[in-house]
Amino acid sequence: MSNISDLGIAGIRTGLASGDFSAREVAEIFIDRVSAAKPLNAFLVETPDHALAAADAADKAIAAGETLGKMAGVPIGMKDLFCTEGVETTAASGILKGFTPQYESTVSANLFKAGAGMLGKLNMDQFAMGSSNETSAFGNVISPWRRNDGRNTDLAPGGSSGGSAAVVSGRIAPAATGTDTGGSIRQPAAFVGITGFKPTYGRCSRWGTIAFASSLDQAGPMAHDVRDCAIMLEAMAGFDPKDSTSLDLPVPDWEAALNSNLAGKKIGIPKEYRVDNMPPEIDALWEQGIAWMKDAGATIVDVSLPHTKYALPAYYIIAPAEASSNLARYDGVRYGARDLPDGAGLQDMYAATREAGFGDEVKRRIMIGTYVLSAGYYDAYYTQAQKVRTLISQGFEKAWNSCDLLLTPTAPSAAFGLGEKADDPLAMYLNDVFTVPSSLAGLPAMSVPAGLDGQGLPLGLQIIGKALDEQNVFNAGLALEERAGFVAKPEQWW
Amino acid sequence: MSVDKKTVQKIASLSRIAITDAEADAFVPELNNILGWVEQLGEVDCKNVEPMTAVIPNKLRLREDAVTDGDMREKILKNAPAAEHGFFGVPKVIE
Repeated sequence: MSNISDLGIAGIRTGLASGDFSAREVAEIFIDRVSAAKPLNAFLVETPDHALAAADAADKAIAAGETLGKMAGVPIGMKDLFCTEGVETTAASGILKGFTPQYESTVSANLFKAGAGMLGKLNMDQFAMGSSNETSAFGNVISPWRRNDGRNTDLAPGGSSGGSAAVVSGRIAPAATGTDTGGSIRQPAAFVGITGFKPTYGRCSRWGTIAFASSLDQAGPMAHDVRDCAIMLEAMAGFDPKDSTSLDLPVPDWEAALNSNLAGKKIGIPKEYRVDNMPPEIDALWEQGIAWMKDAGATIVDVSLPHTKYALPAYYIIAPAEASSNLARYDGVRYGARDLPDGAGLQDMYAATREAGFGDEVKRRIMIGTYVLSAGYYDAYYTQAQKVRTLISQGFEKAWNSCDLLLTPTAPSAAFGLGEKADDPLAMYLNDVFTVPSSLAGLPAMSVPAGLDGQGLPLGLQIIGKALDEQNVFNAGLALEERAGFVAKPEQWW
Repeated sequence: MSVDKKTVQKIASLSRIAITDAEADAFVPELNNILGWVEQLGEVDCKNVEPMTAVIPNKLRLREDAVTDGDMREKILKNAPAAEHGFFGVPKVIE
């Protein structure tokens, strides 16, 4: 039997069912892995008791011959954007330091109901604003990966779900939750060689998930492979009356219908995704991906998404606009930090609290958002961006006339070193060039690890599907996974 | 369109974020850099294009106009930096 810590969700399920090990053993092994992983700075809070309690419940259910939940006995990492009852939740921001939710987010509640335990709360970019996990108020997450140049440069795990990416790739948790606003599941998944899935907007409830940009935010799984993502998404998703944009649709049995035979499927290759300065290795991997899709029986068609280049600038109007509104709630009155200088009035208290509590990138985005929504500029910036968003969405609709899915790279580069891009916000924003368009259109998309570059770092390929067509995204992802045979994992140095 | 220091200070004030003079100076080129970049959206012909309101067509639901929760004052105040007598405490606002 392989090491328990190498197992994912399906592997744990199989081992529990055959009695190879108990859920308690699994939980204990991963709790030890968490304790030993402090150099990665991936966890903000550790919750071993939660993981053990869920494990004991799973063992009891197994002994009693009861039907198990989809996530029974699987200890997961929880991105700190999800409010967890009684467990400090900060979104990695100083302004929420000490905030202990009195309620459980729908996504975490769904996972716990399905039998998952929680190993702890995962570090991330502050309020999910970032692509490298460098905006956290609690320090950078260090990627478990190292370049093969022997220099041991600390690398970014990607972001914003950087803690989630680090623990899954480091075999510190078998799976973790992520959230994706413009690529925050897919880009980190690509950077660390794991699988990450962003479902159709509205599949997972946003209730109890700390809001960044509400028209874009979607939760999704980050796990070892396609099957694990399917299992976990089934547990996470579902209609929730507490979220007004939650889709009132049944959750399909994605796992049961997994099928990597793509005969009859048409895969579109959007020519606008061939951007300038793309590393040749990523181009080559994309070509390899096209060959794999053909091998799986699919037909390849060239498609055009003419407004692709405008997706990032539109995103960097829309997301900050929504953020400036959503983050108005942090006022030092109802929860979180308060900074009350001597003799200060209410307005001064707001300004001092927010100045002390928000990090630089959060302030930058609130300021941009406030500006583009302000009188006189609203139409020129915000309305124009929402019109461009309509055009981007229509571009996908048109593409679906000639294909069923799209295949693209996930990110324009492999993981970079911490600090290498931190001084240039625009260079950082460009990381999301391939993931933002599908976010703007609310479409399901996933990143599958597909190979290593010359530095020995993982690269991912992205599949984008039609709204609500998660199944075909999973299936094409599985076809890629089977052909890529990606088994590389970081060597433990921590 | 570009912002000057006065505009930056105005935006910060609207955002309720205290900034120093030096921070305002630093924000001017930073915000102009980002705004200059997003302004390429102006090139796109959006005649007869409706701004996006919902990515997935989804009818907003109405629910019965009835109380569905409540009776949780302690929970609501639990995380308040200053709670007094069952209320949120704030600095004096009326002279």
